[in-house]
Amino acid sequence: MSTIFEVRSLKRAFGGLAVTNDVSLAMAPGDRVALIGPNGAGKTTFVNLVTGNLTPDSGDVLIGGESVTRIDATGRVRRGLVRSFQVTRLFQEMTSAEHVALAVLQRDGRAGRMFGHFLAMPEVMAEVAGLLGKLGLSELMHRRVSEIAYGQQRLLEIAVALALKPRVLLLDEPAAGVPQSDTGRIEQALADLPADLAVLMIEHDMDLVFRFAKRVIVLAAGTIIFDGSPLDVTRDARVREAYLGSYANAGHAA
Amino acid sequence: MTMATMNDALAGAQGKGRKRGRDLAGLAVILGLAVLGYLLFPNNLALLTRMTAIALLVLSLDLVTGYCGVATLGHAALFGSGAYASGIAAVHFGITDPLLMLACGILGGAVAGLVCGIVILRAHGLPQLVLSIALIHLFHEFANKASAWTGGSDGLAGIAPDPLLGYFEFDLWGRTAYVLGIILLAVVFALLRLIVRSPFGMLCRGVKEDPIRIRAMGASPKLALMKMYVISGAVAGAGGTLNAISTQVVGLDSLSFTLSAESLVMLVLGGTGSLFGALTGTIVFMFFEDIVSAANPFHWLTMVGALLIAVVLFAPKGLYGTVAGLAARRRGAGR
Ligand SMILES: Nc1ncnc2c1ncn2[C@@H]1O[C@H](COP(=O)(O)OP(=O)(O)OP(=O)(O)O)[C@@H](O)[C@H]1O
Ligand SMILES: [Mg+2]
Repeated sequence: MSTIFEVRSLKRAFGGLAVTNDVSLAMAPGDRVALIGPNGAGKTTFVNLVTGNLTPDSGDVLIGGESVTRIDATGRVRRGLVRSFQVTRLFQEMTSAEHVALAVLQRDGRAGRMFGHFLAMPEVMAEVAGLLGKLGLSELMHRRVSEIAYGQQRLLEIAVALALKPRVLLLDEPAAGVPQSDTGRIEQALADLPADLAVLMIEHDMDLVFRFAKRVIVLAAGTIIFDGSPLDVTRDARVREAYLGSYANAGHAA
Repeated sequence: MTMATMNDALAGAQGKGRKRGRDLAGLAVILGLAVLGYLLFPNNLALLTRMTAIALLVLSLDLVTGYCGVATLGHAALFGSGAYASGIAAVHFGITDPLLMLACGILGGAVAGLVCGIVILRAHGLPQLVLSIALIHLFHEFANKASAWTGGSDGLAGIAPDPLLGYFEFDLWGRTAYVLGIILLAVVFALLRLIVRSPFGMLCRGVKEDPIRIRAMGASPKLALMKMYVISGAVAGAGGTLNAISTQVVGLDSLSFTLSAESLVMLVLGGTGSLFGALTGTIVFMFFEDIVSAANPFHWLTMVGALLIAVVLFAPKGLYGTVAGLAARRRGAGR
């Protein structure tokens, strides 16, 4: 099995608290992995570390066999490692079309062009219309982000990630904040992803996880406590304990 | 093509048509105001030319501050560097053809932009502002000390440009300089409209709002800002050169903190992040300065301060930004 994305003994502590504690995993093209875990388990931190938004204390990140640990965030994106954000990061004054067009242009190395307008670039617009259509955002193509609902912003966030044509896609809770009526869109978009794309999705909605993932990884307190099939995850004693423990703690704190 | 995509394509095309219309309108306004200025103040063309040169500085500042969110109180460094580059080329190297001088000034401004960009872009927010202030003082002091080249505090005098295109003398009334300035401003304005709407312009707007998002798209915010700084330097350098050609001297005031701060005031007055805003701010500020300082030479700065406070409090998007916002809302309501 060829490996497109690999993490070796990744570690990161914040002020003595090991938030990512010796995490290793490997993914092959076409993998559909769900990363789950209680709140504060370190899932987002893991994404920040592998994408270069945070620097690990130790460990290695490899894309397509190449170590990118010393390469900055933009270099990792250009090598095909793309993420979405748990809390939407979009440009309030830009339209949906502008977001996707900017991603498409950047991917093709044309975002530095100082003349022309993307509306006049038919091949860019075809991709923009296609992607927005797939996520049900056609109507909002020329609307600014500040004018569209949060649920639809979540969809746009995914459209931007897809526009970069990643080889490895890390989705941080793509369905969080999306109304039930729209999660179908996200699921459909996930189902339509290129077959050879490796996807790791962080998600709390277990129905979505079970429909999407062929493999589930459970992170608790910065450590992987389970890595296996969705069937086995609910039966695993440690996983139950981790979730129960977290709820017990939450109850205790409250 | 589905109905939705067709409608969108139409909306897009209309948007484009409207933008092109505004480009032409912008140029028409510049040329119209130029003619009006010429007719109204035939004896004060020097002021109008200086206004044009400063407009180039404020446009240049708008590129980095308005479009990219860089905080700077040292932008005259780019303007003054352009002025000195063209002045030194003329006085010390005999490059007196005005267009060649312009090329030297643009280059000088661009190099200064590169240097300032490298320093200023290392920091953000308040430290960035402090760095920019330090830079303008360094530039000023450097020009002061290098008096063999710059004339020091006496200024660099003796700039005698050849006739423009070998034919139009730089006359005593400043007509040629004025026309050169207006053409320069119109060309720069057209080019900048192109740039701010291009993919690069879009990228810069993204950098201003959320550099982390831009990085997650694979683009380097730093590189985009550096490029913009160099372009900004070229524009400011053109302004500096225009001033050098029209006044035939370059003084240390062109590299001053005061000029830097004033250009920021003009930009905020007119409205940041809009080329029209930069032009509006320059025109209003300089006329206001001219009129009020003549009427009351002691308290004119107080009046300028009052005007600025009024604008910041009651029209935070600047004069142009506020009017444009109201117009857009009216159009939106009419739809
Ligand atoms: N920059 C930081 N400095 C200090 N502590 C941090 C930092 N970032 C994250 N943490 C801590 O690390 C822990 C893990 O946070 P993280 O956001 O990775 O959790 P998560 O699994 O994504 O949680 P959630 O499901 O709520 O999104 C938390 O306790 C958090 O407070
Ligand atoms: Mg998280």
